[in-house]
Amino acid sequence: MSEPTNPPNPDAPDEAVPAQRADTGEVIGTRRGMFGANNGGDTSGYGGLVRTVRLPGASTRPYGGPDGAEGAGVFDEIADELEGALDEQGLVPENVLDKTVVDRGEITFHVQREYLPVVARTLRDDPALRFELCTGVSGVHYPDDKGRELHAVYHLRSITHNRLIRLEVTAPDADPHVPSTVDIYPTNDWHERETYDFFGLIFDGHPALTRIMMPDDWQGFPQRKDYPLGGIPVEYKGAQIPAPDQRRSYT
Amino acid sequence: MSTPSETSRATPRETTEGPVYTVTGGDWDEIAAAAAKSDDERIIVNMGPQHPSTHGVLRLILEIDGETVTEARCGIGYLHTGIEKNLEYRTWTQGTTFVTRMDYLTPFFNETAYCLAVEKLLGITDDVPDRASVIRVLLMELNRLSSHLVCIATGGMELGATTIMIYGFRDRELILDIYELITGLRMNHAYVRPGGLAQDLPPGAVDQVRAFVKKMQKNMAEYDKLATGNPVFKARMEGIGYLDLAGCMATGATGPLVRSAGLPHDLRKAQPYCGYETYDFEVPTADTCDAYGRFLIRLEEMRQSLRIVEQCLDRLEPGPVMVADKKIAWPAQLALGPDGLGNSLDHIKKIMGTSMEALIHHFKLVTEGFRVPPGEVYTAVESPKGELGVHAVSDGGTRPYRVHFRDPSFTNLQAMAAMCEGGQVADVIVAVASIDPVMGGVDR
Repeated sequence: MSEPTNPPNPDAPDEAVPAQRADTGEVIGTRRGMFGANNGGDTSGYGGLVRTVRLPGASTRPYGGPDGAEGAGVFDEIADELEGALDEQGLVPENVLDKTVVDRGEITFHVQREYLPVVARTLRDDPALRFELCTGVSGVHYPDDKGRELHAVYHLRSITHNRLIRLEVTAPDADPHVPSTVDIYPTNDWHERETYDFFGLIFDGHPALTRIMMPDDWQGFPQRKDYPLGGIPVEYKGAQIPAPDQRRSYT
Repeated sequence: MSTPSETSRATPRETTEGPVYTVTGGDWDEIAAAAAKSDDERIIVNMGPQHPSTHGVLRLILEIDGETVTEARCGIGYLHTGIEKNLEYRTWTQGTTFVTRMDYLTPFFNETAYCLAVEKLLGITDDVPDRASVIRVLLMELNRLSSHLVCIATGGMELGATTIMIYGFRDRELILDIYELITGLRMNHAYVRPGGLAQDLPPGAVDQVRAFVKKMQKNMAEYDKLATGNPVFKARMEGIGYLDLAGCMATGATGPLVRSAGLPHDLRKAQPYCGYETYDFEVPTADTCDAYGRFLIRLEEMRQSLRIVEQCLDRLEPGPVMVADKKIAWPAQLALGPDGLGNSLDHIKKIMGTSMEALIHHFKLVTEGFRVPPGEVYTAVESPKGELGVHAVSDGGTRPYRVHFRDPSFTNLQAMAAMCEGGQVADVIVAVASIDPVMGGVDR
């Protein structure tokens, strides 16, 4: 099915046309139909509708602060200090940081994976940054984000300055390697094992990267999107209720 | 160490039932020879996963030399239930039913942290009614009391102090009665929902909480009398489970662990949520870095929680407990029927008898759920064990794309080795009890 294209109506006044959605964000998938029913027919008449799912895109200066106020804020201070500290180490910030996203009062630095240790160490040690507490690693799997399928997300908290930031690194499914941060934040020992266990992300340099939740001989990585939930159908008053991942659902 | 022989490796074989591993063994001679060469006194003890003093299915692997623990490691995962994966197959509202079961001693913290994340994704954080936030705080502080009571009670029991165990569970029972009155259940409440609460406080709840506060303030003195100055209790706790501030920061330990090292880090003060900045309370600390300091901190936090509960009761104003947006708030007010809590009869009469649109709306919202704009957020609350963080990702659908819980028990348990190595076997139990891990939260 080809994507429906609607020619713009030249007579319509400008304010009658909905604003174009920003197309800068990371595309993580497409959604078809009105209700996203993924099995069974869509009888709503909107079955041909195709929409792109995008995460919030890169932000431009000023980044503001967690309160969402206009103008330069705490996030700009953090970004300035980080870029300055990277400069001092002879690194070009544009090569290290893919993009910076400010969304819902939170700032995310997308870091090139090979620079993750140096960025984390800088964030921890620089007196003006001082993110001394890492609250662990969370993995996310975006199977439709080609070349950037696996994301590792780190939240860093500065108790000194009372700030919170997020680091995000990506790795393709074909080469699921991310440098370990255990020697910078020892707390990430178990968190990296957990992310490896569930997503198959290999943290290079981790002292003992083994499964932590699943049994040692488990096959596959359960939190990946292509890994089924499983479950058995349940019989209720003579009817078969399918397993949760087999039910008709809306996305 | 010699390399293990090839024959000792399990080789998979594909069958119709899936891969089957055949463990052939054969390296026992090597192991026996290595053991014979090494020190005779070296013994490795598996404590758990079925051991009464490991707080559930925690497996401690201890290498002991006489009575001294030379190396300690944790084996976890015995209670992994795949809650994070399951969440991806249910609507955002149904998620509360899962997360409440994670750390089963702190259900209201799990629910609130999750709901704060969903509300932040939706951008309705400021729309949550005041009454809902006050009731959330009220329940969370009652929950802090009940969680600390279990910690102190079971910790005492593991030392042989059965009286404190009886006292702790006796007082916790009073709190569970309040939960039952308000939510209908003693645990696994699913009472806090994205946008507010499942329903308002029932009649009589405020009076019962007031009576409880009064009683509990009297009972608090008993813990001091029984334990605080008790020389046997002190001798078992003082200097045990030592973890200083550098150790806490490195292992990511939060909650009573970091506060026992002297740092008054509490998210209720540092990054307030649910209006905590308007409550009057203190963050107790100790400078002993040991199990006794953590015990004293927990006792004092219980007193502070009682203060907050009283303030909550004073500022409860009548009003809604759910956001006004009908696209998010579930349409029915629940009512107590002969067969338990369910949809109110008036509501059913309306949707079945008079308003087809209301029926469609109800059906769509309950079966399909509401959509949450794409993006990711991190919210954190100060649970009794430390920082409980939620990383929630939405792809714009009616179900979570990914929800990750940073459970404080999981992170704090990593400090076990640092606390136990070099100490006595009997002190391992005290150290683990002072971390207060709950395996439901650790394994999720």
